[in-house]
Amino acid sequence: MKISVIITLKKDVLDPQGKVIHQTLDGMGFKDVNEVRQGKYFEIDTKETDNDKAKAKVEEMCKKLLANLVIENYKIIDLK
Amino acid sequence: MKSSVITFPGSNCDRDMDIALKKFGFKNKMVWHADAELPKSDLVVLPGGFSYGDYLRCGSMASKSKIMQSVINFANSGGMVMGICNGFQILVETGLVPGVLLRNKYLQFICKNVFVKINNKQNKYFKNVNNEVLEFHIAHNEGNYFCTQDQLKEIEDNDQIAINYCDENGKIEDQFNPNGSTKNIAGVFNKEKNVLGMMPHPERMIDKSLSGEDGSLFFKNLINNLK
Repeated sequence: MKISVIITLKKDVLDPQGKVIHQTLDGMGFKDVNEVRQGKYFEIDTKETDNDKAKAKVEEMCKKLLANLVIENYKIIDLK
Repeated sequence: MKSSVITFPGSNCDRDMDIALKKFGFKNKMVWHADAELPKSDLVVLPGGFSYGDYLRCGSMASKSKIMQSVINFANSGGMVMGICNGFQILVETGLVPGVLLRNKYLQFICKNVFVKINNKQNKYFKNVNNEVLEFHIAHNEGNYFCTQDQLKEIEDNDQIAINYCDENGKIEDQFNPNGSTKNIAGVFNKEKNVLGMMPHPERMIDKSLSGEDGSLFFKNLINNLK
């Protein structure tokens, strides 16, 4: 089973990379952008076949390693 | 006094730290990250570098190394643990000290001497240091100290801020903040003050002909405080 996870910075955490990307987009003529926030994306291929169990395991991975909950949120977005 | 320096894959200040500790009288041992047991130590140092290539988040992989469980147990039983630069990043990832270290505000790797003001001397790291301000060296890309408002209140209430970036006279202002750290924080303690994480490198300031000597002052004082 494949599971996808997106990690994003929490709202009030400064994201200098996102800011620079925003500025660059602006310079390229994309004037409508309000804000850019950069995050991380993971694809995890697991032997687990049970949806709920797999999700629970990935949640544990997020809490213990993939995300730092002081600054980041995680979202398990896809199970297939 | 016995010390241990942990070497992770990608550590690169481990030997500098070894030289500094020995110069001021520590009997130092190098410990490999995959070992399970810490040698008997009065001080454990997590050195600077780029452990695991800074993958995922700086320090995150190293914080899960085999040796780290022993280091965490040692710290929780009151043992002195000091993390410098990447070592500080590893410490925050273990949760031994609060907060995180984000990418520098202006996205530049910073390598220069800075001044730091000692905020709290009621601990074995800075007790009896005569100076209020020390000149250390920083070299990092992710040194922008950040914590939640609740954490900030807690570390201020518990006097856990160890050092702040300042000018040579000890003035703590935004213009002397090299990386965007909250409140110019350059180093923090755990609640009990036996664990110290800081971005500056005292081990790079131990030779007058190469740099400054404020690192010498720091290590001489540290070994005396541990005796």
